[in-house]
Amino acid sequence: MDFITQLLNGLGLGSIYALIALGYSMVYGIVQLINFAHGDIIMVGGYALYVMLVIAGMPLWLAVLAPIVVCGLAGVLIERLAYQRLLTHNAERISLLITALGVSIFLQNLFMLLFKSDAKTMPPMFGSGVFELGGLSVTYSTLINIVVSVVMMIGLQMLVNRTKIGKAMQATSEDAGAAKLMGINTNKIIIITFAVGSILAAVGAVLYCNTYPQIKPTMGNLLGLKAFVAAVLGGIGSIPGAMLGGYLLGVLEQLTKAYITTEVTDAVVFAILIVVLLVRPAGLMGKNRKEKV
Amino acid sequence: MKKTRVLSLVLAAALLVMPMAGCTQDAGAGGDTIKIGGLAPLTGDLSQYGVAVNNAVLMAVEDINKNGGILGKQIEYMPEDEKGDVTEAITAYNKLVAEGVVAIVGDVTSAPSKAVAQRANDDGMPIITASGTDADITLTGKYAYRACFIDPYQGKLMATYASKEMGAKTVAILYDSGDSYSTGIADAFESTAKELEMTVTNKEGYAHGSTDFNAQLTKIKANNPDVVMLPVYYNDVVLILKQAQQQGLTSQFLGADGWDGVVPQLAGDTSINDLLAKAYFCSQYSASSDDPDLQNFLKTYKEKYGIDANMFAVLGYDAMHILADAINRAGSTDADKIIQALSETNYSGLTGTTTFDENRNPVREAVITTFENGAYKVLQTYKA
Repeated sequence: MDFITQLLNGLGLGSIYALIALGYSMVYGIVQLINFAHGDIIMVGGYALYVMLVIAGMPLWLAVLAPIVVCGLAGVLIERLAYQRLLTHNAERISLLITALGVSIFLQNLFMLLFKSDAKTMPPMFGSGVFELGGLSVTYSTLINIVVSVVMMIGLQMLVNRTKIGKAMQATSEDAGAAKLMGINTNKIIIITFAVGSILAAVGAVLYCNTYPQIKPTMGNLLGLKAFVAAVLGGIGSIPGAMLGGYLLGVLEQLTKAYITTEVTDAVVFAILIVVLLVRPAGLMGKNRKEKV
Repeated sequence: MKKTRVLSLVLAAALLVMPMAGCTQDAGAGGDTIKIGGLAPLTGDLSQYGVAVNNAVLMAVEDINKNGGILGKQIEYMPEDEKGDVTEAITAYNKLVAEGVVAIVGDVTSAPSKAVAQRANDDGMPIITASGTDADITLTGKYAYRACFIDPYQGKLMATYASKEMGAKTVAILYDSGDSYSTGIADAFESTAKELEMTVTNKEGYAHGSTDFNAQLTKIKANNPDVVMLPVYYNDVVLILKQAQQQGLTSQFLGADGWDGVVPQLAGDTSINDLLAKAYFCSQYSASSDDPDLQNFLKTYKEKYGIDANMFAVLGYDAMHILADAINRAGSTDADKIIQALSETNYSGLTGTTTFDENRNPVREAVITTFENGAYKVLQTYKA
């Protein structure tokens, strides 16, 4: 029973990784950009929630909308201000990457300036208490994380596969030039992708703040890095892959802590990841796309 | 028209005179100040600690200068931002030496403090860290002092307290394995606990920056120890206690001075008050003491900077005063005379009465603190 408890704890943590990983994966799928500022979007969402809930004293249902709106806008704004010119001018991949790092550092320092660098505690929000069944005991917030992340993934799958926008996204991802010739406004599609990715991150931020009730300007670093790893593990560019990667990373982390070592968890987890990638370089669900000549 | 001309003449004259006025003042004050350097991370990840120390040192300098300065001269405090980085700290240190400081208050965190203390000993520069708790810092040589407790001391103290005062038989330790402060206390706690014949049921670490402690807490809960030692900083304390509360852990928690800051961190949240009410930590000072100097400091600090002073601030204030007191008693700014005076320190400040042992670590009583309704409550002073 302890094992199942630890497994569920891992899935709960993995759900948050998964939601962030989706954003990395989608953006990478469309513009081949590793958006390192994506981790910091979580932080922006955390602070948006904090401002509404603690400083403005809004009711919970209203406050949780704030990060969704703010992150969506932030994602669009970052794309327009920082990346769009580089993308339309076909800038070197490395310039995009450096810009992404720049945006990340900018956001962290901006929030340090606005809110000081010390951590802020979030009040309890929802799902406090423990679900007990036999020897099993899991917090409700863990269960909420898992359910919400699954719902979000199904929603995203439907958006991508069943709607016109989704089909346009797929087309842009496949071949942006051809998509443009077919009359798809690829610029608009890119912006929508950033917005959707950021909104998913916002949902991740709400769940994160509920489960680990603390925010600070640098919180996006490790969270972003792990989510990025989850995206690569699952196969970057693949939506189910990002989810699988996130869950797997969370579970691996938790089980390593529970049964191997709590002191060098990350070393063990990342060693496993290296082995997985050696065997499947494209990630678990990634496709090895052949270069078209 | 005429008026504007007169006005512009006056302005021009003022402009001419002003820099000159500045010059004469500078020249007059130049020989009248004693330069003391400061090293602290004022920006970056660790800036919350650096800024607190620096704010308090600035206040101490202001207070000292208002009361006539030291050796009849005003202190000129020259803070340098080292961004929490060892390389930057050495560069900043070199800059301060080149600018002719007579002593340095710094650094703030352990790693850069150790590096800078080593250099200070090579150069014969008196240096006092307010908050660097790594035992090695002052072992670099006779020029390095500190105002705070060292890590092993706190571990030993809390283990002794758990055994002698609380009658604990089984203990668990949950610590940050990526932080030398935390590992230092955890190791000392563990070895003292074993010496005192308590059973250590778990010693669980976590990676620095972790936010999920459920796996470790689940393991600890399975053994249900009497006490859980948590030698980590207040951010992590709050997160860990919230998760422990959710998991229904009933052990008593113990902590060290890193817990100072838990109360402002709670921000009115009452969900972990039950766990806090039976938790104990050792602190270097007590915010709830009725010492008028301390209360006055806390009040002025809050008015001045808009946030509550924490342990780092209190230690920063004392560090500057201890140094100024030594320079006064030395009667000179000669490094060796300052060091001699520092070794004879018997200074009564915000943290109590400080003397130094042979390793230049402060000797003073710790304040055992608990919580009541989400506020600190001082229990007793205690010496291991």
